[in-house]
Amino acid sequence: MPSVKIPKKSTFVDMTPFVDVAFLILTFFIMATKFKPADPVEVKTPNSVSTKDITDSDHLQVTFDKDGRVFFHIKPQKDASIKLNVIKNLNTTRNLGLTDAEMKNFVMTEAIGVPYTGLKQLLSLPVENQGSLRQPGIPIDSTGGELYFWIRDAVSAFSGHTLKYYLKGDNNAKYPTFKNVLNAFKRNEILKFNMITMLEDVPAGTELSAIRSRDKSSGTTPK
Amino acid sequence: MASIEEGGGESHKKGPGVKKAKKLSTRVDMTPMVDLGFLLITFFIFTTTMSSPTTMDLFMPKDTDKDEEQNKAKESGALTLLLGKNDVIYYYEGQLKEDASNFLTSSFGKIRQVIIDKKKSVIETHVHDEGCKKIQEKARVGDAKTGVRPDPNWQKACYDRDLVVVIKPDEEATYKNTIDILDEMAINDVKRYAMVDLFPIEKELIKKTQGGN
Repeated sequence: MPSVKIPKKSTFVDMTPFVDVAFLILTFFIMATKFKPADPVEVKTPNSVSTKDITDSDHLQVTFDKDGRVFFHIKPQKDASIKLNVIKNLNTTRNLGLTDAEMKNFVMTEAIGVPYTGLKQLLSLPVENQGSLRQPGIPIDSTGGELYFWIRDAVSAFSGHTLKYYLKGDNNAKYPTFKNVLNAFKRNEILKFNMITMLEDVPAGTELSAIRSRDKSSGTTPK
Repeated sequence: MASIEEGGGESHKKGPGVKKAKKLSTRVDMTPMVDLGFLLITFFIFTTTMSSPTTMDLFMPKDTDKDEEQNKAKESGALTLLLGKNDVIYYYEGQLKEDASNFLTSSFGKIRQVIIDKKKSVIETHVHDEGCKKIQEKARVGDAKTGVRPDPNWQKACYDRDLVVVIKPDEEATYKNTIDILDEMAINDVKRYAMVDLFPIEKELIKKTQGGN
């Protein structure tokens, strides 16, 4: 009896659409990724309903973590020489004894979280290795501490530029730290801040959601 | 792409004696490419932070030595929120009573209703006067210089002007608590609020309430 022949089917699957989609997704993620600069400290910011985006303008930023350590960032957008001026000025007024190379290093350094006395040690390390040094934070008290002087010097170096002040705090940071940071700014007569938060949905049925939907329907952008 | 096949070889008959050229398969093994592709996708998924941070405005008042200026808030419209340890909120309306009978405890989930109720009662007891008309006029016109647009609800602009929320975070309150309560001000459209320090008596009351629970 002749056996029934089962036709052999190819096991080959056409992967082309699959690959197409995969690379589409890959392209999307490559485009969407924005590498954030490595911070010396991990900070998880609170949420808020504010929709204002961070603008790429000149700004000073103060970061404080849950242990109360305070870090100071000077971020000029175009003119990096401003940052160099800050450290040069500081070097002479505070007698830090920094070399030119160390001052150049300061320009590349993302955040400062050491007292003035520890600045030389931090800047003697190359930028890549600074992460290994545990920074104790800028000394701060109810009158602002060293942070007050940092802000004062940075503001004077930025004179003539519009400058923004960003505060970035950790969820579990205690209120006194926040208050001391505010005091340091207040002593410099700076009273307007932007606090970095993560976007959160407006709860339905509240006044703000009514205002937002009204703004939307009238075609104007929310304040 | 790789699976494009050269088909139709059978349909075209060549003459007898003509030798068929050996056909090479154009199929390419794509497995390594796919592997690499997915490896990269995984990498980028893990490194991407999708939600971009936003900023929240905060305007602090200048420290004034004059007491009269600080106490401008009308007692009837004042609501004081004290932020304590473990996300607890204590609050009282108006002035704190001697026997602390209006010193109440709440939480971040419930405080919104307290603020809404307070606002409602302030709006109900609102008195229309000259100062109120000025505020209305300001809201109706808007201010092109500062980017404040004319308010379509300008008539209501001054109804809640007596509402002042005083926020007093204590030493144990976290930064998140502070931001959350400021956010609550934005959510409920409270126009006047201030962040100040606690009075010693309030600190004691918080301690007492914490011990009692």
